[in-house]
Amino acid sequence: MPGKLKVKIVAGRHLPVMDRASDLTDAFVDVKFGNTTFKTDVYPKSLNPQWNSEWFKFEVDDEDLQDEPLQITVLDHDTYSANDAIGKVYIDIDPLLCSEAATVISGWLPIYDTIHGIRGEINVLVKVDFFNDLNRFRQSSCGVKFFCTTSIPRCYRAVMVHGFVEELVVNEDPEYQWIDRIRTPRASNEARQRLIFLMSGELQRKIGLKVLEMGGNAVVGYLQCFDLEGESGLVVRAIGTACTLEKISTLTSASATHPSNSSPSKDMKEPVFGEEAPGIPLSSGPPTPLRVQTFSSFSPSKSYSRQSSSSDTELSLTPKTVRIYLSPSSPALVSDSSPLPSAHLPRHLRPGMSSRSTTPPPLHVSQSDTAMLRKSMSFSEELLLAASGMGSGGSAGKEAGPLKALLRQQTQSALEQREYPFFTLTSFPPGFLLHVGGVVSARSVKLLDRIHNPDEPETRDAWWEEIRQEIKSHAKALGCHAVLGYSESTSICEEVCILSASGTAAILGSRFVQDGPLDTDYRLSRQPLVFSTGAERVEGDMGSSASLGFEEVAPPGCGFCHIPYDELNIPFPAQLTYCYYCRRFKVPDVLFTTIDLPTEANVTGKGCLIQARLCRTKKKAQGEGNATAISNLLPFLEYELHTQLMNKLKLRGMNSLFGLRIQISVGETMLLGLASATGVYLTALPSPGRIQIAGKTPSDITYEQHISNMQKKINDTIAKNKELYEVNPPEVVEEMIGSPIPEPRQRSRLLRSHSESSDEVTELDLSHGKKDAFVLEIDDTDAVEDIHALLTDSPMPPGFYSCNTEIMPGIQNWTSAIQMFTSVRVFRLNNANLTNQGLNKIFSDLCENLLKSLYFKLRSMIPCCLCHLNFTVAVPEDELIQVAVTAVAMSFYKDQTLENGRQSGDKTLIKAITENDEQLQFNLELNAESSSSNPLSSTKGLSDVSGSHPSARAPPVDYSSFADRCSSWIEQLRLKAHTIRRGSVKTTSSLEKASPLPEGRSRSLQSNRSYSGSSVTVVKMTPLSFIPGAKITKYLGIINMFFIRETSSLREEGGVSGFLHTFIAEVFAMVRAHVAALGGNALVSYSMKECVFMENPNKNQAQSLINVSGDAVIFVRESELEATSVQPQSAATRETSNGGDGT
Amino acid sequence: MSVELDVFVGNTTIMDKEVYQLWLNGYTVNDAVKVRIEGGIMEECEASAEVLLSDTMDQYRTFQMCERLLHHPAKLANQLLFQIPPDRQAMLIERYYAFDDAFVREVLGKKLSKGTKKDLDDVSAKTGIMLKSCRRQFDNFKRVFKVVEELKGPLVENIRQHFLLPDQLARDYAAIVFFANNRFETGKKKLQYLTFHDFAFCAGQLINHWTVGAVDNMMDDMDVDLDKEFLQDLKDLKILITDKDLLDQHKSLVCTALRGKTNVFNEMEANFKNLSRSLVNIAAKLINAKDVRDFFIDLVEKFIEPCRSDKWTSIDVNLYLIHYTNSVHILDTFKHHGVWNRYMGVIKSCILRMYHE
Repeated sequence: MPGKLKVKIVAGRHLPVMDRASDLTDAFVDVKFGNTTFKTDVYPKSLNPQWNSEWFKFEVDDEDLQDEPLQITVLDHDTYSANDAIGKVYIDIDPLLCSEAATVISGWLPIYDTIHGIRGEINVLVKVDFFNDLNRFRQSSCGVKFFCTTSIPRCYRAVMVHGFVEELVVNEDPEYQWIDRIRTPRASNEARQRLIFLMSGELQRKIGLKVLEMGGNAVVGYLQCFDLEGESGLVVRAIGTACTLEKISTLTSASATHPSNSSPSKDMKEPVFGEEAPGIPLSSGPPTPLRVQTFSSFSPSKSYSRQSSSSDTELSLTPKTVRIYLSPSSPALVSDSSPLPSAHLPRHLRPGMSSRSTTPPPLHVSQSDTAMLRKSMSFSEELLLAASGMGSGGSAGKEAGPLKALLRQQTQSALEQREYPFFTLTSFPPGFLLHVGGVVSARSVKLLDRIHNPDEPETRDAWWEEIRQEIKSHAKALGCHAVLGYSESTSICEEVCILSASGTAAILGSRFVQDGPLDTDYRLSRQPLVFSTGAERVEGDMGSSASLGFEEVAPPGCGFCHIPYDELNIPFPAQLTYCYYCRRFKVPDVLFTTIDLPTEANVTGKGCLIQARLCRTKKKAQGEGNATAISNLLPFLEYELHTQLMNKLKLRGMNSLFGLRIQISVGETMLLGLASATGVYLTALPSPGRIQIAGKTPSDITYEQHISNMQKKINDTIAKNKELYEVNPPEVVEEMIGSPIPEPRQRSRLLRSHSESSDEVTELDLSHGKKDAFVLEIDDTDAVEDIHALLTDSPMPPGFYSCNTEIMPGIQNWTSAIQMFTSVRVFRLNNANLTNQGLNKIFSDLCENLLKSLYFKLRSMIPCCLCHLNFTVAVPEDELIQVAVTAVAMSFYKDQTLENGRQSGDKTLIKAITENDEQLQFNLELNAESSSSNPLSSTKGLSDVSGSHPSARAPPVDYSSFADRCSSWIEQLRLKAHTIRRGSVKTTSSLEKASPLPEGRSRSLQSNRSYSGSSVTVVKMTPLSFIPGAKITKYLGIINMFFIRETSSLREEGGVSGFLHTFIAEVFAMVRAHVAALGGNALVSYSMKECVFMENPNKNQAQSLINVSGDAVIFVRESELEATSVQPQSAATRETSNGGDGT
Repeated sequence: MSVELDVFVGNTTIMDKEVYQLWLNGYTVNDAVKVRIEGGIMEECEASAEVLLSDTMDQYRTFQMCERLLHHPAKLANQLLFQIPPDRQAMLIERYYAFDDAFVREVLGKKLSKGTKKDLDDVSAKTGIMLKSCRRQFDNFKRVFKVVEELKGPLVENIRQHFLLPDQLARDYAAIVFFANNRFETGKKKLQYLTFHDFAFCAGQLINHWTVGAVDNMMDDMDVDLDKEFLQDLKDLKILITDKDLLDQHKSLVCTALRGKTNVFNEMEANFKNLSRSLVNIAAKLINAKDVRDFFIDLVEKFIEPCRSDKWTSIDVNLYLIHYTNSVHILDTFKHHGVWNRYMGVIKSCILRMYHE
């Protein structure tokens, strides 16, 4: 009997009128936990009852404490007939079971009814007297902390990162039970809500057990999802990263042992990981040029992952298993009916199957083939060969080379242990991430069948097992031993289910990852960061020597960009160059990742949201046929999404994507693909080549004209974008300036390669010149569409930025004004006979219009950035497309953005600049801004602008910090001068003009928010893991809530929009109330993981399900905390010192 | 091809003041969009009509959802559904309870009943205020009326506390409630020249001096009804006109004081008895509810109009009333000084306010 749950019902308010005669209510409360129920007295004739009950005590097992929710039901007493339920409150008491989280739940919680919504509030007090069970065979895992945050939580320090934990629970969906035919919708909804609460409790407990066995004490990046499989059941699954966390306040002793360790930073922008001693040199072992079986002992979780490979036979129940993984350059599709892991092997060898980035594969003689690929026979031939499932053996036979052997070796070693070196984290402590390989993803189409035995969810487990294996092998093919930013998702339509998983292949530092799962001596694992001074590249060996930690010499600002795979045996064709930052290691020309931008990364300019949207029609089909049709469509979908991403990235003059999330949604007659990512210009990577348009048969003049017009448009857009996002890499100044005026292609290409060779005297990679242009052929209609799509992406209104990652590169000086929001749109396609192009346009417009609406709604927050923009698409019905967006709008101080842009533009130069320099620079900027008559600034600006003339360019002789500094100043000046001179440039000019007013507005907004005095605690919500201008002092526990709302009076509730609007507002209200009851004032890492909406307007009915989660926290405003120095400054200095350490 | 569903929900509820005003004024969504477009917001924010429509619909929906709470403003502060900063809440309430002078002038003193509500379309046609807005304003009056009708204590304070209204608005509502409760006639043609603020001023005077609460704050009675005892006592003032000696004495005292101080002295002297009779008769009749209703029309017909036809200035009226009031105290046989002062104080300020030259 290790736990005693105590509940006191204090009072109610705003109750609904239940007795029409008296206009009052005779309310009492039912308190239920497990199978025990208590009742309060009836408080007669009041809408604001004061029960003030005794303490109801439940003596329960800790297992039950974890699984069961506390269920509070408010009823209206009726002498003659059955008591009417007013509504219910479910309380997850998990936060009370952890000593470091909340201690009491106390406050007003909304009483919720699935038919009527919120009906008044109830004030409760909940406490737990808990005796921890130390029994080795216990089934509970109380005390394990859960975090939705996908980074190490702010007030904790990662002692060790153990690795991947997953669990999955299945049950019958009450909605589909026979009893549902005779019970009321309310009863059915409540059964469902309760079941899901129970299942997530159980899931959490089981995951907790795994964590404890691994020796961890927390799960970070906890991601729980529901699969509503309809007839075949309900699946609740979760993944996360097991860690051992330590509260930062306990750091003092640790820091004593490491004198170089700085005290926890007050800077909230970056996660705080103490325990850093970067300067301590350790002798590095002999360089290991090749990574061989590097991760044989990498993940310690081997004994905990479920053994389900034996379920191959079951798998064959599904007729076709198709796995696709996204390669940035071309799609790969393999379908095979016998999904034995070994069968996957050869696929990695085929060029163009690579999971990594870049330009078209050299298989095709000319790069200009890219656009053709979709149509060309040669392409499909090759693809089909593999796709037709003629046996992977066949395609394997075609492959050759030494790589195969290596890969096989690796696969074998991987087979020996069934575990996943996966991490759901997206940002990491310094020293954790060494190199990034690229995005790996896998998809599989399955036919759902009834889950026969809920206690043995083997089928579903096996499905995921399969996908994870695939991901793992993809990572291996990229020479990586780990997958970061890992996530899994499903899309279900009728009985077809697409399972997807994606992540970023990477090589990790050894510091946080350790071998022995039960190692209790954490000190051992805390190896200081190791630097060897040799110029040679030292491969991080992740073998058994993990605890010794061989690390890179590479500076942290660019190290993660360096290729992890062997240069000579690249698993796929890629254009490698020497790092533009350190000039020592090879980097790819484009980098796609699913993680957040590392805080220490060197970035030029700002980032922006890049989306690829695609819609493909498909014939209605049933069962196997349907699954086959979908599998056949998937690779094309992925390929085109990728092409779109690539084009849009180049159009913005950027070279990398972070936070890439590709969602494929399946409907009866169409497939939707939506890829979102944040584009960034990484200083370390080469500048992207231009987009060039080539007509294949340049026959007549009008056609030529058309092409050149388009080319001009594209060039203009690129130039505009570069200006907007301040993408001005110093090395390639001349190119950027050249873009507004289209030059003859050959000439520019010549010039380019020439200039490069002069830049990188000896290090020039000859292959580099080849990659220059990204050619789009507009021969076929598809390409025309593509180009149109490219150009129709309307620019953001001035003052707005957007990204889908945690941090917006280039903006740091946030105000405290934040506004989290959810927006949902459902679009009906009335015309059934739409072409793919037509559909695409509709879908793309839908997303664009939604964004435009958001910009308009949030215009009072300008200058502002929409962060963590998370789009979810669904096809709820035949002709409906649903798009849901959740994001947070954050204002920032305009006056400092330029400075920040400069800082991120080149951090190395900043560290060299003294205080005086800063001052001077500021003055200079002011001058340039205040008067165009200033001869210095205007001439400088002029010369730079006129640099479009190729000869005007003065190539930098060397890269000393002085030169950099100058060029960066010039950049600034140029930008300013630009603005002044070309007042007609709409975006910039209005941006400048607009600055004083919106700032005032945003300030007033801010002051509004800080104003308090109402009786309701203000609870902030944000999908980010931090709150700008504030410090999170305590994590109170995870919030994970599931609600169902149904109505049979849709019209009366304001139609579908009114219904959903109310429901979402209610969900927000309930989340806020629960956070406040835990004693918190904010919910971070908020996400709406499920938002299902179904309607039947003819019957005047609608139903909606929403699942939300996040971490309840207490934050303290930095200004209240203490009078510290201005926060952005400290951020800057920190960053600077980071950059300094690197070189 | 149509947008079937379109919602935006912020953690902090976003409300646009301009759209709120359009909603309050009773514009339909489409009309509101038109007004916004004419306002030039599209150029300002680079928005399309589509975006505006979506935004306007969304805002309208939000306001509709909030309306329920605005009916009980105290609830707005401790409800959980919408997170609205306190200053925004205050703005929402104040604007929701704001009314048009033209509208209130039409219904002032009418019974706040269903019958009156049915006639609102006439009011709407006459004033040019949209019917929807008229209904809201009417319902506001009725709601406030219903709540404070039953409450004890000072009327203005009650309104302010229950509806969280700013002081001036609370006073105006007190006037409306007071007029509705006593059913003062304000619609007659002869009263058309008076504005709502004239009446509100008079109502304030009456509330402050003629109700029970005016004399004794501790009293259990309410502010909405006139002090019956006082009305009873007013009958005693009749002596001023029934007693011939007293009347003559009063006249001579007033005339002595006024002589040479005004251009209309002759008219004053000639009309004294008529005017005095009118004022005292009004006082004496106030005990009848029906005559209370005619209070303002009586003041206009029996006092203001005669004075105006004789071209008195406000200064003249003021002077006259001062001396008329004060001279009574010199009359030795007159005993009802307290009642006289209480009566004349209000009458004087009301007449002065209502006397438009």
